[in-house]
Amino acid sequence: MRHIISILMENESGALSRVAGLFSARGYNIESLTVAPTEDSSLSRMTLVTRGNEDIIEQITKQLNKLIDVVKLIDLVDSAHIERELMMVKIKTSEHMRDEIRSMAEIFRGKIIDVTPTTYIVEMTGPSEKLDAFIDAVDPDTIIEVVRSGPTGISRGEKGLYL
Amino acid sequence: MELSGAQILVQSLIDEGVEYIFGYPGGAVLHLYDALFQQDEIKHILVRHEQGATHAADGYARATGKPGVVLVTSGPGATNAVTGIATAYMDSIPLVVISGQVSLPVIGSDAFQEVDMIGITRPCVKHNYLVKDVTKLAETIKKAFYVATTGRPGPVVVDIPKDITAPNIKVPYKYPKKVSIRSYNPVVTGHKGQIKKAVDLLLRAQKPIIYSGGGVILGEASKELTEFTHTLGYPITNTLMGLGGFPATDKQFIGMLGMHGTYEANMAMHESDVIIAIGARFDDRVTGKLDLFCPYAKIIHIDVDPASISKTVKVDIPIVGEVKPVLEQMLELIRENHKKPHKKALEPWWHQIEQWRAVNCLEYDRESRLIKPQYVIEQLYEVTKGDAYITSDVGQHQMWAAQYYHFDKPRRWINSGGLGTMGFGLPAAIGVKLAFPDADVACVTGEASVQMCIQELSTALQYKTPIKIINLNNRYMGMVRQWQEFSYESRYSHSYMDTIPEFVKLAEAYGHVGMRIDKPEEVRPALEEAFAMKDRTVFLDIITDQTENVYPMIEAGKGHHDMKLRVALGTSTDRELA
Ligand SMILES: Cc1cc2nc3c(=O)[nH]c(=O)nc-3n(C[C@H](O)[C@H](O)[C@H](O)COP(=O)(O)OP(=O)(O)OC[C@H]3O[C@@H](n4cnc5c(N)ncnc54)[C@H](O)[C@@H]3O)c2cc1C
Ligand SMILES: Cc1ncc(C[n+]2csc(CCOP(=O)(O)OP(=O)(O)O)c2C)c(N)n1
Ligand SMILES: [Mg+2]
Repeated sequence: MRHIISILMENESGALSRVAGLFSARGYNIESLTVAPTEDSSLSRMTLVTRGNEDIIEQITKQLNKLIDVVKLIDLVDSAHIERELMMVKIKTSEHMRDEIRSMAEIFRGKIIDVTPTTYIVEMTGPSEKLDAFIDAVDPDTIIEVVRSGPTGISRGEKGLYL
Repeated sequence: MELSGAQILVQSLIDEGVEYIFGYPGGAVLHLYDALFQQDEIKHILVRHEQGATHAADGYARATGKPGVVLVTSGPGATNAVTGIATAYMDSIPLVVISGQVSLPVIGSDAFQEVDMIGITRPCVKHNYLVKDVTKLAETIKKAFYVATTGRPGPVVVDIPKDITAPNIKVPYKYPKKVSIRSYNPVVTGHKGQIKKAVDLLLRAQKPIIYSGGGVILGEASKELTEFTHTLGYPITNTLMGLGGFPATDKQFIGMLGMHGTYEANMAMHESDVIIAIGARFDDRVTGKLDLFCPYAKIIHIDVDPASISKTVKVDIPIVGEVKPVLEQMLELIRENHKKPHKKALEPWWHQIEQWRAVNCLEYDRESRLIKPQYVIEQLYEVTKGDAYITSDVGQHQMWAAQYYHFDKPRRWINSGGLGTMGFGLPAAIGVKLAFPDADVACVTGEASVQMCIQELSTALQYKTPIKIINLNNRYMGMVRQWQEFSYESRYSHSYMDTIPEFVKLAEAYGHVGMRIDKPEEVRPALEEAFAMKDRTVFLDIITDQTENVYPMIEAGKGHHDMKLRVALGTSTDRELA
């Protein structure tokens, strides 16, 4: 099953490589990983998407918790949560295609953020499946480049990951 | 007080109470060595190879329970230390390893003797630090000791760039009394609810067994374990790392378990209905094939590291905490409730165990004209009255030492279990002897292993650490040969060295006493003579039967109930047992 592990860790050089190294050394897979400092500059927050059965996920969370730089973590999938990913897609646009791309972007609540005579860049956020659906809907021959941030997430209600 | 980085490091180690540093100098640590030169509180032990430094510090740590301290230079000094760091890591031994690094401005430029020590050691340390600011040095050292010695212990590397130690940059020094790390809070006591459940289950058991490991030694809980075991009256087995955690000569002890454990210990594990694992980690050498592991048992597991629990074997009642307080909690609960298992109810179980014990699985050919390695260890046990510190290398000799030397006290058996590092024994013995100069210290080794760190014989002379090296010389990498005999139709591929040194001369060249023993009747007198030479390191080159194998054995893919036993001597044969 797919799990989204959200991690608060010390904002130290090397902390990221400890996490990445743990995954490669123990043979766990990482589907995506995003990391950025938080409002508290001593901490950064990492969101990691991985897959595995219950036993593997249990080991992953235990091993992550064991890293000295990891302050706290939660598996977002354990409870209600919101998941978002940012995507930018550069699309080749001939004159007669422009309306179609624009309306498609609108349906998916995307924005066109850059226009040249031959290209559009569409920006879109949402759960990863929604972004996948947009990509599927666009003619693959027109896609020049896709940039995705990897999902990040937050739990709903009062529950959360904070100190 | 204003000090340079080098002085801060040395003063921090003094304030931490460090007695010995095991090290080797080089460019990146010259400032540090200069500061060491100008003090006389800490003794520096100059090894002959950085691997020796880590193993010696490790031996010191295992024998004393205090952290071992290592100092090496950058680049090759640092990489030479890695095997020893990984060895300590696998057995959860507290070490603080200080490595020099190239100066901060040139890090990353492939500077002379630069290696990414933080990157190289990351997978085999509990934690590591690169010091980038001299004002943080003292605090970092304090943190390193704190992390290394608390929770599940382990090695910590502190990588110090040369410019941080420069003599001309001085900053105020204060060694912190305490540190706390917000992201690191090891659990100490056990969860009350879990402890109650565990005690209830234990007291209802009909075929219980206590399976204890290195965590009891690391957690200084032998006394509690012994009381716990006596209170319950249950059989107890130890892992290789747990030997000495419970007295081996006690009636309730049924030997080591696992691949080369006793028949009675493995059979009892297999047939048991309740297992309590205490500071042991269900290593694959212990469990055998996982699908066949203890099919009838409910399992309780006490471990300070949550990640050790249900890693390989799913357990029913996990208790996260340190062995010592958890056992105290359990004992208290048992006492409070005036509950004790009925002796009568345990009789059938003990009766069964005695039958397994009667198989006498460790019996060997005592009539042989060749020296049997088992006999040597038995004699070593007698000559040292069971009270020596025994270090070992890796191979058959290690298993024989574990099987035939009965450890009654913790921290007496010092070996590399998790990584299985050949070369460990000799430097480790030096570390032990430094800690306990008046005790008998012997290194049980093989002719292959001992050559891996043989250069430390020179260190032993310089620092007057008179140890006894018991070289069980079978002219083979016996453990490898045994596997080739059993699994590769005796194709002995490269497990034999056509040339081995004359160890007697070698020992003499290093300034020690060498003895060669090749008859069984010479073994005892030679050992007595060697141990009588209190102030000399003696190398006993003992020529043993090269066909001897370690029995019993659980072969790959087999379960505990399916051991290969020696067929010999009117003891039992495989057929009789089936
Ligand atoms: C050639 C060879 C053959 C071997 N054959 C065997 C064999 O037949 N039988 C055998 O048993 N081993 C054998 N080994 C050793 C084996 O590889 C493992 O090293 C060993 O079994 C591990 O022992 P352990 O489970 O006691 O764990 P250790 O490695 O000692 O780990 C200790 C455990 O206790 C925990 N712990 C630490 N401190 C505390 C504390 N204060 N409180 C609570 N928990 C704590 C740790 O988190 C860890 O889980 C062999 C090794 C070699 C090289
Ligand atoms: C550094 C290292 N290299 C290789 C091995 C694999 N190995 C395990 S036991 C062994 C043979 C040891 O031979 P010896 O020291 O003579 O001991 P014996 O088994 O003969 O008692 C080898 C090569 C190891 N454990 N460590
Ligand atoms: Mg040998």
